Amino acid sequence: MKCKLALSQINTVLGGVKANLDKHLQVIDEACSQNVDLLVFPELSMTGYFLQDLVPTVSMRPNITDPLFKKLIEASRRLDLVVGFVQEDERNRFYIASAYLSAGEVLHVHQKIYLPTYGLFDEGRFFAWGDQVRAFDTRFGRVGLLVCEDFWHASLPYLLWQDGADIMLFTSASPGRGLTQEPQLDSARWVDHINRAYASLFTTFVAHTNRVGYEDGLHFWGGSMVYDPNGNVLARAPQQEEALLICEVDLNQLHRTRVRLPLLRDERTALVERELTRILSQGNRPAGR
Amino acid sequence: MVDLKVNSQLASKILTNFIRSEITRVGFQHAVLGLSGGVDSALSCFLAAEALGPENVLAVRMPYRTSAQDSLDDAQKVIESTGVNSMTIPITEMVDPLINRFEDMDSIRKGNIMARARMVVLYDQSAAFNGLVVGTGNKTEILLGYSTLYGDSACALNPIGDLYKTQVRQLSRDLGVPESVISKPPSADLWAGQTDEGDLGFTYAEVDQLLYLLVDERYTPQECIESGFESSFVNAVVKRIMKNQFKRIMPPICKLNNRTVGYDFLYMRDWGT
Repeated sequence: MKCKLALSQINTVLGGVKANLDKHLQVIDEACSQNVDLLVFPELSMTGYFLQDLVPTVSMRPNITDPLFKKLIEASRRLDLVVGFVQEDERNRFYIASAYLSAGEVLHVHQKIYLPTYGLFDEGRFFAWGDQVRAFDTRFGRVGLLVCEDFWHASLPYLLWQDGADIMLFTSASPGRGLTQEPQLDSARWVDHINRAYASLFTTFVAHTNRVGYEDGLHFWGGSMVYDPNGNVLARAPQQEEALLICEVDLNQLHRTRVRLPLLRDERTALVERELTRILSQGNRPAGR
Repeated sequence: MVDLKVNSQLASKILTNFIRSEITRVGFQHAVLGLSGGVDSALSCFLAAEALGPENVLAVRMPYRTSAQDSLDDAQKVIESTGVNSMTIPITEMVDPLINRFEDMDSIRKGNIMARARMVVLYDQSAAFNGLVVGTGNKTEILLGYSTLYGDSACALNPIGDLYKTQVRQLSRDLGVPESVISKPPSADLWAGQTDEGDLGFTYAEVDQLLYLLVDERYTPQECIESGFESSFVNAVVKRIMKNQFKRIMPPICKLNNRTVGYDFLYMRDWGT
């Protein structure tokens, strides 16, 4: 089975939901004209990233009662979509969310679990923490969705793997940092390393969509990539500029890789559960240095 | 020795995109900058010309009567090599009446007046040329506070503010800034023979190594001393960074109400764009 995947590496207007929606619809048109099956937008693609006090003014409810979100749901009749937005729940908590839309339905909403609140990040000040990670079924098989800092915690891709995800869709608004003599920034290299590792260790597809553009002096570096279950790079978008990265994914590669390398078959989840329970019951232990 | 070399192609791409983004997103096409003849403003000029096209950049030379001819000549070389628009507005007639009122005025006060007069000229040209003022302060001088508040530090955006002086020199060389601009001793050119390194008491090459460890690598002062820096040098630099924090932030507003600019009224400058 094949899936024509597209990663939409866009710039956004900070706080301009209507303008960002229009851009989504334009990219959707372009992707449809190229017969894309699944189109992934980056983290907070509907709002921009450094929202601060804009958070409550740009939030949406991911259903047809929201006039703007309704347009995205309607567009999902043409192709499957992943969009990034601020979700306000029924008790007025705000989440960084990512939704998978297909055939006019909201199949899944992931609320970002790990909110970086250190260094240049301040998400925990403005957003509520998601508390669930779930794989879900799509017409291309079972999928896992994570947002940026989520996939810096190895436990979440691991849990999705165990929950059946064969395609990991990661989205980011990753600010570029770490200029050296290398042709890419440290931040680009770090993300490449870990995503390649997940694809290799979990023998899954990993697709990472990162945005571009500037918000004040911070810039997002793009460089969206698709990895196959062997950890090979299937497609790579340019860095620092907008792009629509289209990549046909042959899902039969899962079969071939897992015959060669049955890591999923051999994973000893009962051992993980037993040892983790033991470790957590022991409380803090000294570092030993 | 820490290697502070940067990838010039990548740095240039990020910085030119930054200039273009920050100027055009608020509806402008043009940039204005002061060209001193030194390497910082030369690099800013090269980047702005690349980002916007030289026809959209105005470089202003603003000599005082004691300014060195070399400075004017070097600035002219930058104008010629980038092809930007240029203008020369001497500030002597603006600043001398104030300076002459005070017989005992020291050179710091005079230098600050000149820097602020240049700011006035640039912001006036920014209105006349319908452009934004592009800053020319590097990371070393920002950290050390080696600038005049509301003078040379005043700008709408600062592309080179996260590059150490050492990196400014390297990038300038790689982008083709004239060699005489890069290799001469950096100077505020407020009086004959003045140099930055003479004022500061150490070289940029030395202090950039230390600043990189202290700031970027989060070394403690003690760890810097253990890495081989003189303790008096480390302590002087640490003190200088701390003492000059006021130049790096907006003036504090005294909080009285429930929502106050700077504390809990938080929006990026690029809000809505």
